Amino acid sequence: MELFNLFIKSVFVDNMIFAYFLGMCSYLAVSKTVKTSAGLGLAVTFVLVVTVPVNYLVNKYLLAPGALAWISPKLATVDLSFLTYILFIAIIAAIVQILEMIIETFTPSLYSALGIFLPLIAVNCAILGCSLFMQERGFSNVGEAAVFGLGSGLGWLLAIVGIAAIREKLRYSKIPKGLQGVGISFIITGLMGIAFMAFMGIKL
Amino acid sequence: MPNVKKLIIEPLRKTNPVTVLVLGICSCLAVTAQLKPALVMGASVTVVTAFSNLIISLLRKGIPSRIRIIVQLVVVATLVILIDQFLKAFAYNVSKQLSVYVGLIITNCIIMGRLEAFALSHGSWESFLDGLGNGLGYSLILVIVAFFRELFGSGTLLGYPIIPSSFYEAGYQNNGLMILPPMALIVVGIIIWIQRTRNPEMQENNQK
Repeated sequence: MELFNLFIKSVFVDNMIFAYFLGMCSYLAVSKTVKTSAGLGLAVTFVLVVTVPVNYLVNKYLLAPGALAWISPKLATVDLSFLTYILFIAIIAAIVQILEMIIETFTPSLYSALGIFLPLIAVNCAILGCSLFMQERGFSNVGEAAVFGLGSGLGWLLAIVGIAAIREKLRYSKIPKGLQGVGISFIITGLMGIAFMAFMGIKL
Repeated sequence: MPNVKKLIIEPLRKTNPVTVLVLGICSCLAVTAQLKPALVMGASVTVVTAFSNLIISLLRKGIPSRIRIIVQLVVVATLVILIDQFLKAFAYNVSKQLSVYVGLIITNCIIMGRLEAFALSHGSWESFLDGLGNGLGYSLILVIVAFFRELFGSGTLLGYPIIPSSFYEAGYQNNGLMILPPMALIVVGIIIWIQRTRNPEMQENNQK
């Protein structure tokens, strides 16, 4: 039940886009059609489900203050947490590269759907942001970290597919010249964010 | 030196990374509820962009193009760690307020975008200036958004009350909506609208 709460919370309440503005760059750039945005959303979810638990383990057994105690008690006072950023981003870049190779070898059809998006993902703020939030909140086990990754990914997918659908319809509406394109997408995202705030008070 | 001027001034207006190229939005919006964190964030991003541009431009002949993304990420991450430690030491409260967004400078698209588009093909001095200009362009938008959000949201600037108390006695109220995250998006949307109405050549055409 705990896990289910965490899942719902990370999809709706702590939505990556509407509550934290993470991954906005690709969100605005790739949301012109529903099909491509769904592809990118799936790729992000996929990478989050893999990277967040891995980074959780790295944080627990390598980076957190006193985390090295499992090697020998002498290392219990070592604090490597200043290495967090460089290690997390290196792990994310490496995992994205490995995933790309695995997908290309075993499921070419999935590769042709996700392939072009995968390299983009290494520098998507949502991925690194999710790992940093995971570290900040201090989850108690790998399962929670994985569920948090899955929920955040699905929340991101929901947001990008939503805005893509709205933008597809928007092509037929009359928008002031200066607002066309990026401007109106910003304002719509803001309005969607206000709508999503309705979930904020929910306690499960 | 017209070149220097061009490299620094253009990103402030014509090629502004936030409103024109739409890069680096993520961190830009989350830190703008108040002016102070926005200023700190802008300064940090400017420093990181300028120096990462300089370093990558010096290294550009030695980096194999297949692994350049990882090399760039490592350089940027190192700079961000330095900034993070610096903020923790000298401005602890602000660094707490910025929380994960300092770390997210690493994946700020402006930095990667400038590295890919400029530093890999230009000399070091030019790259440094280009990074500086783009960082300043980013900070400019950040400060404008934060100015309006703090002024209308809490009636203060940098923590000092600006709106006189006689206004409040007359029934004026702070607009709580401005502090909420979605308003940042709407404010940026309005800035883009004003900028593009004044410069019609920037307008996009949506109706194909």
